[in-house]
Amino acid sequence: MRADGKPEGLRQSMAWLHTWSGLLLGWLLYAVFFTGTLSYFLDEITGWMKPELHASVPARLAPERAVERMAQLAPDAATWTLTLPGDRMTAIQASWRDKGAAQGRAGTKRAELDAATGEVIVPRETRGGSFLYRFHFELYAMPRVWGRWIVGIATMVMFVAIISGVITHKKIFTDFFTFRPRKGQRSWLDAHNATAVLALPFHVVITFSGLLLLMATLMPWGVDAVYKGDTQAYFAERRGAPAAPAPRAGGRDAVATAGTAVPLAPIAPMLAQARAQWPAHGVGSIVVQQPGTPRATVELREEGGRSLVNRGAGERMLFDGVSGERRDAPAPAAVSATSAVYNVLTAPHLGRFAGPALRWLLFLAGVVGTTMAATGMVLWVVKRLPERQKRGHTPRGHRLVEVLNVASIAGLSIATAAYFWSNRGLPVELAQRADWEIRCFFIAWALCGLHAVLRPHRSAWREQLGLAALMFALLPVLNPLTGGAGLARSIAQGQWSVAGFDLAMLVLAALHGCAAFRLRTPPRAQARPSPARPAPMGRSGSAALAAQPQAQEQSP
Amino acid sequence: MTTLKLSYRAAVLSRAAAAVFGGYALSAAVAAGVGLLLADAGMRRADAVLAATMFAFLAHAIAALWAFGCASARRAWLGIGLPALLLGAIAWAMGGSVA
Repeated sequence: MRADGKPEGLRQSMAWLHTWSGLLLGWLLYAVFFTGTLSYFLDEITGWMKPELHASVPARLAPERAVERMAQLAPDAATWTLTLPGDRMTAIQASWRDKGAAQGRAGTKRAELDAATGEVIVPRETRGGSFLYRFHFELYAMPRVWGRWIVGIATMVMFVAIISGVITHKKIFTDFFTFRPRKGQRSWLDAHNATAVLALPFHVVITFSGLLLLMATLMPWGVDAVYKGDTQAYFAERRGAPAAPAPRAGGRDAVATAGTAVPLAPIAPMLAQARAQWPAHGVGSIVVQQPGTPRATVELREEGGRSLVNRGAGERMLFDGVSGERRDAPAPAAVSATSAVYNVLTAPHLGRFAGPALRWLLFLAGVVGTTMAATGMVLWVVKRLPERQKRGHTPRGHRLVEVLNVASIAGLSIATAAYFWSNRGLPVELAQRADWEIRCFFIAWALCGLHAVLRPHRSAWREQLGLAALMFALLPVLNPLTGGAGLARSIAQGQWSVAGFDLAMLVLAALHGCAAFRLRTPPRAQARPSPARPAPMGRSGSAALAAQPQAQEQSP
Repeated sequence: MTTLKLSYRAAVLSRAAAAVFGGYALSAAVAAGVGLLLADAGMRRADAVLAATMFAFLAHAIAALWAFGCASARRAWLGIGLPALLLGAIAWAMGGSVA
């Protein structure tokens, strides 16, 4: 894409495409990557933001109490679902559907139960991690379809930027082992390359699967043509045969037995059988169909599966709800080759199958991707410093990119921290409390934008990164002061979901603090184009990684 | 920036339009056309749609790369438009034959 119209090589045109497609949607993609990465800990974030639930300790889990409680809470429900706490939650999530309730979410009622006593816990009103999760593919304050289209377009641009970025790199393997710190533009380029290549398979899979997950919105034309637009039929066939042939609905039965509730068989022996069969994973959830009737069934579902091919769907065990005898569970539907490909691609994106170690690995890959987006955008600015010096002034476009970089990168960290702070700062009885938490997020973000406009570029980076570090660092202190389980207690009680959140905040504080600290001194002789020096070879990948906090260091 | 010729800017705009709109038209044609072809060839309908949609996203990405990588804006449009028309015609022709 040369201005003089001379022919050029593929690599040059791809570099041009990479630069401009990356810049134009980079800010949005950064926000999507950032909030999406945090969403690997969706349940943990939601749990932390409901400190009332920290009183529930999963180690003392007593599902029997919870089932008894359900008989009082929802005696006439058509189904009960109890999601047991594991590594990711401290309390039991209960949901039930009353007979004749509306389909889907609308007809579902929810409550949170203490793991040991089965008591109902009423947490504060919050959207928790769901807000960040929804934001990462639907944005906010606009119709969902718009948000999905905007994010979908950005995702396609990201996909194109990744492919063109790979084509641009003739030395993709060597570049990966190259990091030249404290060399201005070159360090930024190396950091961008290292973060891109290190997790390249992750980036490709996460981006492509992002498109696939938005398929119904972005690309309905296949369903349109093959099913004549009958989306329902398509999804029904995708699911295969009805998964659990639930005993025929008992509207009449239920009426007949109302008032003479049939007690449920004791659940402990069923759980013991299940634990014997699934020693590694244990029971993840209990589903009771038609409780209180002679047709009641109890289904135990395995906690997380092993296979990517079926998206980590666990096994099931079925019991007669009255006699407690085991019944034949329906065999899991066979997975076709095409579905297997789809599942393998989307499973890492959804992270459903992942245990704690793998979840952290996916999270770190997300952090690397977030860093890749950030270094790319900063690189755009740094690369144009010589041009700026030559002109003797800062073009308006360059300044705009600078401001947007600070606000979208450092500002988003502050906004996220402000969201967590508001969760503990706002009064519990405040009306529209959950909305106010989200407003705090956007107000903080907007203020960061204003600050980035008013302050010189370098000071804006330093001050915002410093503030973000401080806000993250104090969250573990704030937690026990505002009703949550502090680090000492959560670790002692084995509440790793709560402890993990606090520890992650300390890690974030360290990263931001490190970056702000590096910015304290004015820049040394700035980014002079120095004669090319041979790149030090053979550096290990971990060295390149370790240098990443420093990647945020030199900003112009 | 002011030194850039108008014709250059028009060419970039034209290529971008080929990448965005032409690319989407191509991918929609792939999703519909390949989906119908696969279903016709005996694949389960749901799998045919899923496979075709995966190809469709790949087709859009490749179209975008082609739009900026080829020699001229005209070639960008031809390279994307012709396969889109072909697959679109197949989808239109087969539209009635699949139950």
